[in-house]
Amino acid sequence: MFAAALIVFRESLEAALFVGIVAAATRQLAGRGRWLSAGVSLGVLGALVMAFAAQHVGDWFDGLGQDVINIAVLSVALVMLLWHCIWVAAHSREMASDARRLGQSVQQGERKPWALLVAVALAVLREGAETVLFVSGAITGTETGAGAVVAAVVFGVALGAAAGLVIYGGLARISPRHLFTTTNVLIAILAGSIGSQLVKSLAQAGFIERWTSPLWDTSQWLAPDSAIGTLLHALVGYDARPSAAQLASYLAVLALIFLGNRLLRPRPQPVR
Amino acid sequence: MFAVRRTLSVALATALFCGWAAAAEPEYTIVIKNHRFEPAEVKVPAGQRVKLVVDNQDSTPEEFESHSMNREKVIPGGKKAAVFVGPLKPGRYTFFGEYHEKTAQGVVIAE
Repeated sequence: MFAAALIVFRESLEAALFVGIVAAATRQLAGRGRWLSAGVSLGVLGALVMAFAAQHVGDWFDGLGQDVINIAVLSVALVMLLWHCIWVAAHSREMASDARRLGQSVQQGERKPWALLVAVALAVLREGAETVLFVSGAITGTETGAGAVVAAVVFGVALGAAAGLVIYGGLARISPRHLFTTTNVLIAILAGSIGSQLVKSLAQAGFIERWTSPLWDTSQWLAPDSAIGTLLHALVGYDARPSAAQLASYLAVLALIFLGNRLLRPRPQPVR
Repeated sequence: MFAVRRTLSVALATALFCGWAAAAEPEYTIVIKNHRFEPAEVKVPAGQRVKLVVDNQDSTPEEFESHSMNREKVIPGGKKAAVFVGPLKPGRYTFFGEYHEKTAQGVVIAE
């Protein structure tokens, strides 16, 4: 059952790290716990629905139904993260430009980070649906009994959640002034990673044909299924064999966020 | 915001159209039965995109996964799913079923 726990851990890791980062990013926001758990709950609910719908959806579009849904989910997640990184971040910085009131103004952020809520729900949905499918299959096909499967699943999810707590704990030690920048950079990188995954899904479904061959292969140095490879994939979108399209998408997302932030940056304040 | 959304949907629509318009690539079916791939060895032309149709005849789901081809897709029990790969350089590309890795092993040979 170790294999089952490992699969569940891998699936839950990416979502758990994302939730951990978002939790740290919104640390000083009132009612954070409530909307964060709302996002996770919505994601779990969506995952259950999607896993049960997979039986039917898969047949759509000539066997590409799941890819189409996956592409839609990734696209919306990407738009949400772009929205958050460019607009909300610029606006928050405006509010926070007076350093003395930094803690306060972030706390008073009138805008609810709904874009992050949707992104959290979608991250949980994406990884959760596969987990639910795997678990339902493992329970019906088990020879060791459903109890052992459930124990393995609980263990795997707990490990994933622990990873989320570790990154949250690490980020929580950063001073509030730097925390905002750090989490924004992490979320921007995650957006790049989603951009890369989106393009990979488009290639897998046959919707894009150009630039789909791998540019390089680093699997000799860092295997994608190794512990560090898995962690880096979840955190920064590490891919041992990225296609040119994936790399272009990753860089384009980062460039868009960088440029958007520069353009929307509030006018420099007079030196005090 | 709307501009981004519109660009994305136009891009997706274009991609969908191109995908269906160019559906002339060679197609290979791989059957999953008793958590094994049949055939376990698939020969495909190199330098050309190919369509793999994975037909899961088991009652349990399987995740078709390949690190060397950079692909992964869950196929529910009793369902078929298409996975586009390549264009591949000549060589051997292993794939496996992540949910039953001990038995579900296969290789795509591009030549």
